Amino acid sequence: MIRVDGLRKSFGEVKAVRGISFAAEDGRITGLLGPNGAGKSTTLRILYTVLKPDSGTAVIDGIDVVGDELAARSRIGTLPHGSGLYPHLTARENIAYYANLYEMPADIIDARVQTVIDQLDINDFADRRTKGFSQGQRTKVSLARSLVHEPQNILLDEPSNGLDVMATRSLRELIRQLKAAGKCVLFSSHVMQEVAALCDDIVIIAEGKVALHDSPDGIRDATGCADLEEAFVKAIHMVEPAE
Amino acid sequence: MNTIRTVFIKEITDNFRDRRTLMTALLMGPLFGPILFAFVINLSVKQSLSNESEALDLPVIGQENAPNLVAYLQSSNINIKDGPATRKEAIDAVTNGVHDVVIVIPETFGADLAELTPATVEVITDQANTQAEREARRARRALQAYNQELAAMRLTIRGVSPLVMRPLNIDEVDVSTPSGRSAMLLGMLSYFFIFALLTGGMNLAIDATAGERERGSLEPLLCLPVKRDHLIFGKILAACLFMAISLSLSLTCFFFTLKFMPLVELGMTPNFGPLVVVTAFLLLVPFALVGASLMTMVASFTKSFKEAQTWVSVVLLAPTLPILVVSILMVRSSTALMFVPSLSQHLLLVGLIKNEPINTLHVIVSVGATLLIGAALTWICARLYRREGLLG
Repeated sequence: MIRVDGLRKSFGEVKAVRGISFAAEDGRITGLLGPNGAGKSTTLRILYTVLKPDSGTAVIDGIDVVGDELAARSRIGTLPHGSGLYPHLTARENIAYYANLYEMPADIIDARVQTVIDQLDINDFADRRTKGFSQGQRTKVSLARSLVHEPQNILLDEPSNGLDVMATRSLRELIRQLKAAGKCVLFSSHVMQEVAALCDDIVIIAEGKVALHDSPDGIRDATGCADLEEAFVKAIHMVEPAE
Repeated sequence: MNTIRTVFIKEITDNFRDRRTLMTALLMGPLFGPILFAFVINLSVKQSLSNESEALDLPVIGQENAPNLVAYLQSSNINIKDGPATRKEAIDAVTNGVHDVVIVIPETFGADLAELTPATVEVITDQANTQAEREARRARRALQAYNQELAAMRLTIRGVSPLVMRPLNIDEVDVSTPSGRSAMLLGMLSYFFIFALLTGGMNLAIDATAGERERGSLEPLLCLPVKRDHLIFGKILAACLFMAISLSLSLTCFFFTLKFMPLVELGMTPNFGPLVVVTAFLLLVPFALVGASLMTMVASFTKSFKEAQTWVSVVLLAPTLPILVVSILMVRSSTALMFVPSLSQHLLLVGLIKNEPINTLHVIVSVGATLLIGAALTWICARLYRREGLLG
């Protein structure tokens, strides 16, 4: 369960986030949708604590990300934008490294690593060094690594970037499995179709503000557009631009 | 503690598989110094030794003008050869490097000797050419000796003791020991060792920030529920280990190369046995913490691996500065200087090679101050790692 309230963040003159509020529930898939530079990544980065908000609060499972960042981080699994792996380690070692850093009990690490390897269907290349992996393979390993500690909340920043059709399909399948397991999934995208295909809730962000927050049907109603893409374009023009 | 250990083990595994790191840490760094050193020493020793014992080929113009002088030169290990025909040709020959030195005995030589006027002998040489100058010095020395012999003979004939020509008897007493003389030469070694040590950890230090950021592995790492301080401590410790490995390889390599250097022929017995190797390692290894943290700090300001490499290479030169200043000013080792990292290691190492007794206070101050400065730099790195700007 993730709750964001009145979040603001500026980088010098640039106001990246100008008061964003929304909630992402457990057992649901929430999509952060917006054009490039809308403030999606900044919002996610505040949630996984690599950035501090100028004002506003972000709470994960009741834990404030500013007050108790270590506890908040232990509740999340993240796939930051352009996640990289260690090229000299095998996929399995990359995942096990994170399992160790999560301080999981040593006796269950091997089994747990194997579980996520099965879950993401990466047995074929699990014991190869990740140097030279395709984008799809890298994303899968990165995802496996962020799920190894069974986090309740999963934050994915543009996870389908650079993936081919097959890889995108299996990513969607995985996200649905996580939802079925009662997890809170929050992911960002600038592709309407992807969000429409997956999400229970859509948060449309533009110019650092929430333009609309609703179910796909709710968004259609609010904008009066039957086509979601039309609705998206209409929604982002509802936000007054930053000065 | 677990985090530090996990990161440490991962960095070691990762870097032992990285050819670039292995090349610089375990091959280039340790071998570069000793091999360069052995090469230069061998070359210069061979030059200075062989010339003294070998006969000197000396072209002489006008040999018929001074048969006695020629005979004298021949008796002092000099091969008299026929030189160019004229004095002018001789000057050309020396200018062009055909001959290093040519002696010209004018026709008036015999007459001048008989009349007791100073008889001219010309030594034509190029003083800007060190090789030629060395040969000219031998020729001059031989002429000087002949000069004194003639003078002594003239005095004896007149019933005067030749000793009147020597009112002073200058006697130098050299107290330098063979190991002390080696220290002059081996003094510059400390930099080779510090260089090896630093190159050993260079790639790791760069990888900790700039490398991870460039690969995109830094952001997910920072999202983990671990303290950033612990991540950086683990990384710096791993760099320290690589530095220590590199240093020990360098010392060992030098221990073996030294056996092939003709230092004894120069009157030097370098004090560089196995015990010295171990002691030198212990004296130098605290510098690894300073090096690793300094490099990590510099790398954390840079945007890419390439940029980091450029700046971190500058760090390789930094330790030379205090060593250079002290060598130029000829400062003697003192407790105050032991507070300066790299300099204190240099001075302790020189003392060790000179076979001087180890000053316990100096060692304690050197190790203590170096570790303290290293800890301070590590703390700064940890602070830098907490910045938001770290992700670029």
